[in-house]
Amino acid sequence: MKELPLEVEVKANQKFKVSNLAKTRKRSDYFWAYLMITPLMLGLVIFYLWPIIQTFYFSFTEWGAFGQYEWTGLDNYKRMLEDTNLLKSFKNTAIYIIFTVPIGIFLSILIAVLLNQNIKGKSVYRTLYFLPVITMPAAIAMVWKWLYNSDYGLLNYLLSLIGIKGPQWVSDPKIALYSIIVVAIWSGIGYNMVIFLSGLQGIPKTYYEAAEMDGAGPIRVFFKITLPLLSPVIFFVSIMSLIGAFQVFDLIFMMIGKSSTALENTQSIVYLFYQHAFVLNDKGYAAAIAVLLLAVILIITAIQMVLQKKWVHYD
Amino acid sequence: MKKWLLLLLTVIFGLIGLAGCSDSDTTSGNTKDEKVEITYGFWDKKQVPAIEEIVKLFNEENPNIKVKTELTPYGQYFQKLETAATGGALPDVMWMNGAHVEQYAEGKVILPLSELAKQDNFSLDNYPESLIDLYTVDGKVYGIPKDFDTTGLWYNKKIFDEAGVPYPDETWDWDKLKEAAEKLTNKDKGIWGYAALMGNQGGYYDFIWQNGGYIISEDGKSVGFDKPEAIEALKYNISFIKEGLSPTQAQMTETAASELFASGKIAMMFDGPWMVPEYKQNPDLDVAVVPKGKQRAVAIHGLSNVIAANTKHKDAAWKFVQFLGSKEAAEVFAKTGTVIPAYNGTQEAWIQAVPTLNLQAYIDGVEYSVPLPSVKSTGEIWQYETDVLKKAWSEEESVEDAVKELTKKANEALSKK
Repeated sequence: MKELPLEVEVKANQKFKVSNLAKTRKRSDYFWAYLMITPLMLGLVIFYLWPIIQTFYFSFTEWGAFGQYEWTGLDNYKRMLEDTNLLKSFKNTAIYIIFTVPIGIFLSILIAVLLNQNIKGKSVYRTLYFLPVITMPAAIAMVWKWLYNSDYGLLNYLLSLIGIKGPQWVSDPKIALYSIIVVAIWSGIGYNMVIFLSGLQGIPKTYYEAAEMDGAGPIRVFFKITLPLLSPVIFFVSIMSLIGAFQVFDLIFMMIGKSSTALENTQSIVYLFYQHAFVLNDKGYAAAIAVLLLAVILIITAIQMVLQKKWVHYD
Repeated sequence: MKKWLLLLLTVIFGLIGLAGCSDSDTTSGNTKDEKVEITYGFWDKKQVPAIEEIVKLFNEENPNIKVKTELTPYGQYFQKLETAATGGALPDVMWMNGAHVEQYAEGKVILPLSELAKQDNFSLDNYPESLIDLYTVDGKVYGIPKDFDTTGLWYNKKIFDEAGVPYPDETWDWDKLKEAAEKLTNKDKGIWGYAALMGNQGGYYDFIWQNGGYIISEDGKSVGFDKPEAIEALKYNISFIKEGLSPTQAQMTETAASELFASGKIAMMFDGPWMVPEYKQNPDLDVAVVPKGKQRAVAIHGLSNVIAANTKHKDAAWKFVQFLGSKEAAEVFAKTGTVIPAYNGTQEAWIQAVPTLNLQAYIDGVEYSVPLPSVKSTGEIWQYETDVLKKAWSEEESVEDAVKELTKKANEALSKK
């Protein structure tokens, strides 16, 4: 009689031991997992999250010289309502986005599809298209600035050969923004192309074989197979390039001089932010601009996330 | 066991590494035999050779103070300083200009030097009084003058000879300048007679003074851009562009006027002595005094060396600043023809440094020179000048409308505390 309870006890003990082991096992797994991502999370919090919170706070302050500031409530946001420069920079940024993002995506899909074929010197072309990506934006801007120079630039020289007097590409307020857009598209194609290429290579060959058997032409194949199956990649690229386009700064900073007559018609939101934060030492207002930009990007990305259900196919 | 050993070793080596760090920290104290490194911030690339030579001379006397130079182009220099000052990371010694000294002194980010100078018997009488005044805030001197500059009228002898125009001299006035520009402009060859730069020093400030106007009123509360004298001076300047005698504002932002001038596309332009190292390479170029308007006037300004208030090596920094302000250093600047040294009596050597050029023109200007205005909000006002006046320069707006906007913005900036 005595043996039985003992056995039960042992069994129960064993059971308890096992489940406890599993728990501690699980707990220690969590511990290690968290430990492993700590460096990344710390970086994220210190270098991204904390500055965002601080920027939000500073957007309610006004700055004096050398880091003194005082709380001014909603003043900066009220000031925005009357700031025509801000409105103009939003308009400039909108034009920039409307042109660079769709045209950039269209051209990079086109080139990716072409370079996905079996043609000679494929890797040479891929390298050529990718070169602008590994070049410093500042260097790109400098070279294009020389090409665009209205009196001594290559572009207007070539135009003069066929008897056309070229415009002032980066000084004419009506043209300058579009000159920048051309450079932006040119320098962005390579990066998107590589992403599209990997997307194209992920489409199973069997679909194409089946389509061929059914007698579909190449254009039909492109629209019925390639495009729908590429749509998750297109979605990813469009979100990333939209965010990137919202933050355009370096090209404008490098290509348009501070005393240029085209500055008002080219300055982007981030350029205006830079101007207030580092030139006019108006850091409170600059922070408010940054917060506004963050809000706009959030909203537009959210809209894209909703809309994607209508056109993105995940197999 | 192995794991533990590895961990132990890591810890040990880590500690050694840390110890190494703290070790080097203690050596950077102020004991005589130990090495100290200070940074020297400035913006003009053309002065790098002269500065390197001065540092070398300095190291002969002070082998333990290593000077690290930090070059930042002028366009970003004060933005960088501002940010560095906010973060407490200023260079130990740096260049300062008249436009910013008040802001930096009042912000307590640079060190007052008067007492240090008194302590070490460092005489401030060796420099022109106007320059010491420029760097005196509330009775304390904050900067040791380094150089000064006025403006000269540079011209291309070859273009003058071809057009049969006599070279400019001290008899020239506004009418003569215009007349010569008309004769020198040659559209077929792509040569402009004059570059009507949109710059304040060596530009519209000088013209406004020559016309009897002022930039900032004596009580420091308002600007004089909207006064008739100033409007007339600005209009005279812009008329060169209107009449096709000068490249347009757009052309000058795409290709710097100094580049056009150095390559023989512009016959005349105003420029400072800091361009001597570049312009002396073209034998066609020479310089004369600026033409007179109703009266003679030319802007004068000078740079100085200042010390960051939070420097860790105050003694070393002060030693270096003293040396930078010494006759020896001034002579290096003079010899290389880089800038006009501020140290009294060394200017002659500067003139001799480039005998092919009439550098005396710059010294002649000192007599009737007007100091560049310096108030706390000078930097902000300069920004508004660029933003607003460029609309007048590109003929988008009339001069009257532009000065109205500029005056309003600048007066607001002046009234700020």
